[in-house]
This record gives sequence, structure tokens and C-alpha cells, in this order.
Amino acid sequence: MKENQTRIFEKIITRTIQFSGYSSILFVLLILFFLLSEGTPALFDVPLSQLFSERWYPIEDYYGILPLILGSLVVTLGASLVAVPFGILTAVFIAEIAPKWLQEIMKPLVELLAGLPSVVLGFLGILVVSPFLRDTLNLPTGLTALTGSLLLGGIAIPTIVSISEDALNNVPESYRHGSLALGLTRWQTIWGVTVPAAKSGILMAVMLGVGRTIGETMTVMMVTGNAPVVPTTLQALFMPIRTMTATIASEMGEVATGSSHYHVLFFIGIVLFLFTLLVNVIASNISSRKLKRSERILS
Amino acid sequence: MDKIIVENLSITYSDGVESLFDINLRIPIHQITALIGPSGGGKSTFLRVLNRLNDLADVTKTTGKVLIDGIDILDPTQDVIALRRKVGIVFSRPLPLPLSIYQNVSYGLELMGEKRKTVLDDAVERALRLAELWDEVKERLHDPANSISGGQQQRLCLARTLSLQPEIIMLDEPTSALDPVSTAKIETSLIELKKDFTVIIAPHNTQQAGRIADHVAFFLQGKLIEFSSAEDIFTRPKDVKTQDYISGKFG
Repeated sequence: MKENQTRIFEKIITRTIQFSGYSSILFVLLILFFLLSEGTPALFDVPLSQLFSERWYPIEDYYGILPLILGSLVVTLGASLVAVPFGILTAVFIAEIAPKWLQEIMKPLVELLAGLPSVVLGFLGILVVSPFLRDTLNLPTGLTALTGSLLLGGIAIPTIVSISEDALNNVPESYRHGSLALGLTRWQTIWGVTVPAAKSGILMAVMLGVGRTIGETMTVMMVTGNAPVVPTTLQALFMPIRTMTATIASEMGEVATGSSHYHVLFFIGIVLFLFTLLVNVIASNISSRKLKRSERILS
Repeated sequence: MDKIIVENLSITYSDGVESLFDINLRIPIHQITALIGPSGGGKSTFLRVLNRLNDLADVTKTTGKVLIDGIDILDPTQDVIALRRKVGIVFSRPLPLPLSIYQNVSYGLELMGEKRKTVLDDAVERALRLAELWDEVKERLHDPANSISGGQQQRLCLARTLSLQPEIIMLDEPTSALDPVSTAKIETSLIELKKDFTVIIAPHNTQQAGRIADHVAFFLQGKLIEFSSAEDIFTRPKDVKTQDYISGKFG
């Protein structure tokens, strides 16, 4: 009797765990299905040539998503230019240069920064960064692509720092000792040995950081001005811009379900999904290559 | 002539454990001096004092003097980088840098500013020959360093150290992870090297000291128990503890 009971319990628990595991796959598939079923009609509603045109003005049936795609790319690129050097250097500082007590303070602080709600950052952008940029650069408005890039950089930095720092910490101490024992300076050791050895981890950190910025919505919606203009010159950096994420977030609430506009918004979602998928695939490729290399070293 | 003179050297780690007690030792030039004794006896710590790699460890207190060519290297104003070029070390685990075979050897020189290809080529070949590795890798100098065997990697590390033309070469259990053939090659190389360099080795077994050492220092629990010529240590040790260790009563 008792044995029977145990067996039933065992079965229930196994099933529960199994269900939790499968559910994540199920959810991803459902979301994907939903996205595709709502987004693909856009291709029939709106001719392709119009879909990739330069004018986004849904009220008059202009559904050109090109400015939105380019807007997202500009902001992401700008954010990477800020976040990548800054993030990697910070990671090097924490992992290689800072004394132990400072390390122990800085690492959790940076990770805390990663948990900062993006709406708070957007708030900061509207009240501090954007007026500052407007006044110092003498711009008509402070809500520009540059503002978005700076703040998004701030969002990507904690991710990049945290993962790069882990990668640097995983470099065997013996590499450093070997290099120092050769009479190389600390700087030569960091730049010539430690950072190259952690290269794949750092690359992965960069990709994950960039992935975060592409999908980021709240901050960019608050600080980039949301004007769907195709950025053509470098000057566009100092002008308002509109991203894919901000467009979906601001328009989805008011759109009539089933209309062309509605389907196009979902189509933008598909494009966004493809972008983040691409970044994630690159990132995981890098990380799996890292595994193979470390296996080779160990063997 | 004595290359290194150690006077009253004591070292304390930050956890309060004293690691070396009042060491007095004179290491002669162009000879092989072996440090023997059970692990935890302070051999590695002693080696790491000589090129100040201990600066990286949790050492709180170092007292006494270490004179190399008459200069006290423990003096904080000493140029550590120059010291480490003069006193090279090979660690127990062969750890080539994640570069090619050639680059592993040329790396130190390149970072010191040597750019001429011919000079680098010559230096790499000379160092690899000294380490008895040249013949095995000359066909594939640009392969990754971790594609060669462990024994070859260890000789590569030796060549890397030699490329900077140090005056003193220290080896911390250099053959503990190696096969007998590689071990023999390293030993041959060391006997050849002592003509030009001063060699200090902490072998992982006493037999190795017997095969190659001219002088032997016996360390036990942070103290230098006995120091004399290899012949004396192995045939007529003065201290009973040395005798017990060598005859294998403990260790």
C-alpha cells in the first residue's frame, strides 16, 4: 500500500517537473505562432514596395517601416559605440586592476545597475541628459538619436561588464603569472595575454549587451523624439528618430484589431524578433566555440 | 662564486602562518642547486621570493636580505620587471600562452620592443635548441602551442623563459606532470644550461636531485635543515632528518 503511494507521488512530481520544462518550449512556440499569424497578413494588405518605403504615416495608410528599422539600427549602433569600449574597460578594471575590496563593492553595484527599470532611466534621460545635450550642442530638441544611444549604452554596460568580468576571471591565474614571470608589465600582461585569452567571453558579452539594446523599448520611446525619419547623414544623430520597439509600444494600444495597421505592427514585431534572434545565434555560436577551445586546452 | 646570497630570510603569509623561517643560503653561480623536501616545506615560496612573484600572493611580512649579484632585490625601490627578466621561472604545470609555438617564445622579446624579424627568428631558434625542442617543432612553428604534447609544452615554457636571456633559471617541479622521455630531455637540457646560467630547481622527487644537482638544500616545514654539495647530502647527511627523508622514512 505504502509502496504504491510512493510510486504515485514519484509520478506526480516527475510529471510536474516535466510539464514546467516543456511549458517554456510551448510558450515560445505559441508566441511565435501568434506573431506569425498576426504579422504575415501585412504582406497581403500592403505591397512589399510600400512596406519598405520611407514613409511611416499609418493614418493615411503609409506603412513604410524602413525609417523604423534604420532608427533602431542607428540607436543600437550608437549605444554599442558607447557601451562596448566603456563596458570592456570597466570589466578589465574590476577584474585586473582594482584592489580586492573595491572589486567586492563594484561588482554587485554594476549588477544592481542592470536591474534598474528602464523607465527610470528614461526619466533621467528626459530630465537630465536631454536638456543637457540641447543646451551644450545648441539643438532644437534634446530628444535625439544621440540621447537614446547614450542611455541605451547605459543599459548595455552592466551586461557587458558583468559577463566580460566573469570571462576575465576565468582566465587561469597561471597565464598572468607566466606572463609576469617573463618580465612583462601589468599592462602588457592585461592587453597581450589576459584579454585575448578571454576574447570569446568578451565577444559574447558584447553580443548579449547589443541584444538588450535592440529590444529595449521604454527608454528609447521616452528620449528619442519618435519622429519616423530615415537617418541618412551623420547629422541624423542629433535629430529625433523612431525605433521599431517604440512604434509598437505607442501605437498598439490604439489600433483597430485586424486592420492593416495592426498587422503591420505585428510584422514589425517579426522583424524585431529576427534581429534579436540573429544576435542571440551569433552569441551562442561564440559561446559554444569557447567551450570547444577550453576543452582542447584541458585535454 | 655565489650568485645569490640569502640572509635571515623570513616570510609570513597574511593568514598568520609563517612560511619561511630565517633562511641562510648561498647559491653558487653556474651550478644546479636543487631544493628538496616534502611539499608545504617552503620550496615554492622560496623560489617566488627570488623574482618577487610573491608580491602577487598574500604575503604580509618579508624580513631579511636576498642579494643577487650583491644587490638586495627585496628593496622596494628595485625594478621588479628587470628582476623578473633576470630571474626566469618555469612552473610545474606546462602552461603555454594561447598563441602559436613561435609566438610563445618571441612574445617576451616583442613586447620588450624587438621588432626585427631576423633577430626574433634567431632568438626563437636558439631558445628552442637550448630547451631541446627545436628538432621536434621546427616544421610547425606556427601551430597553436597547445597542439603539442605536455612534455613539449613544458620545454616550450623553458624556451620561453630562456628567450629573454635571464641569468638565473628557476624551475618549480618542472617534470611532475611529464613522461620519463620528456623528463630526461629537460634534465639533459638543464645540465647543458648550467654552463651559461645559474639553475635552481625544486624537483618533485629526490631522485631527480640526485641525477642533476650539484648542490642540495633540504627544506622542512619552512626551515632550511641542511645545505651542502649533492654528494654530501646523499652519501653522508649531517642531520638525522635529512637522512630520514632521503632514505624514504617520511616524505
